[in-house]
Amino acid sequence: MFVEIMEGISKYAIPFILLAIPTYGVFKKVKVYESFTEGAKDGFTTAIKIIPFLVAMLVSIGIFRASGAMEILTSVLSPITNKIGMPGETVPMALMRPLSGGGASGVMNSLFEAHGPDSFIGRLASIMMGSTETTFYVLAVYFGAVSIKKTRHALPAGLISDAVGIVVAVIVANIMF
Amino acid sequence: MINIIWFLFIVIGVIVAVFTGNITAVTDAAIENAELAVELSIGLVGIMALWLGIMKIAEESGLVNILAKAVKPIMIRLFPEVPEEHPAMGAMIMNMAANILGLGNAATPLGLKAMKELNEINNDSDTASNAMCTFLAINTSSVTLIPATVIAYRSAAGSANPTEIIGPVIIATLASTIAAIIAVKSLQKLPRFSKTNPNNNKKIVGSK
Repeated sequence: MFVEIMEGISKYAIPFILLAIPTYGVFKKVKVYESFTEGAKDGFTTAIKIIPFLVAMLVSIGIFRASGAMEILTSVLSPITNKIGMPGETVPMALMRPLSGGGASGVMNSLFEAHGPDSFIGRLASIMMGSTETTFYVLAVYFGAVSIKKTRHALPAGLISDAVGIVVAVIVANIMF
Repeated sequence: MINIIWFLFIVIGVIVAVFTGNITAVTDAAIENAELAVELSIGLVGIMALWLGIMKIAEESGLVNILAKAVKPIMIRLFPEVPEEHPAMGAMIMNMAANILGLGNAATPLGLKAMKELNEINNDSDTASNAMCTFLAINTSSVTLIPATVIAYRSAAGSANPTEIIGPVIIATLASTIAAIIAVKSLQKLPRFSKTNPNNNKKIVGSK
């Protein structure tokens, strides 16, 4: 029931918003077309501003991923995580998630292939994927859009929250499955 | 912190690649990712324009204000530095709502709009304000009701019950969002971060 309602919401949300906001605008005597184009003008400049930030971030993460350093880190961490109910196979998932959304999807899909989506590993990887964000990407894009270079405590806070998300995912998966 | 981490990714990457024999892969990765970054940014143009346009109508019709008033008690606690009636509040609310509903491609443009508004009340165009850091931390941990992409991947892989992970995901994101708020609020009090607060009235002597 809950699932159907939620799926319904995500299916209708965008068409509903696209209808409701201009309708309310017309009702409030806003010149909707003019107002839309006025707002939309900023789309291009904002997207262009992000480029240098995203290049910096993706290149350094790309180098790290391609080097094989993550495999080394995984083999060091696996024996430890195995003890807390986190199979070593899911360690790359936890390491990849904050760095690259596409990379994490790739890891998840290869775990599905090797162990099946309904195995413990498959379920845990799914929960990790769904409950954390690509912190480095969000940081580059959001701060890039306003040309902020000094990010202060945003990154440590984001990484702490990712770590908590992963740990809770492991705990919940162990209790439920 | 970001300077060190960014640098470490490159240093560790190159050194490890020398020993693992992945040095050509590193070269390719650097070039490919530079191109990918531009593609991703340019790819945002259309979707940005769409949502910024809709957002402008919502603003001018007063819809954003209505929404902002409704969740004001939470917002003023999370963002005490932002004036109650400021447009940043409305944009942040729209972004969080989009995230909760799993509307990823609407969330980013609305989030960027919020960052722009927050920058209007930031005294230093180079340095993140407390409100920006809080907003970003909430964003990177955002509560999700429907992890739509994960469900799609699960059913594509032949799962018998692709949606069974919804409950656990809600619990895990709630925990990570609470952790994000606690972390960001505690970290901003640390001397090394409070000293760099661009909106401190105290003159910072001898920094830089």
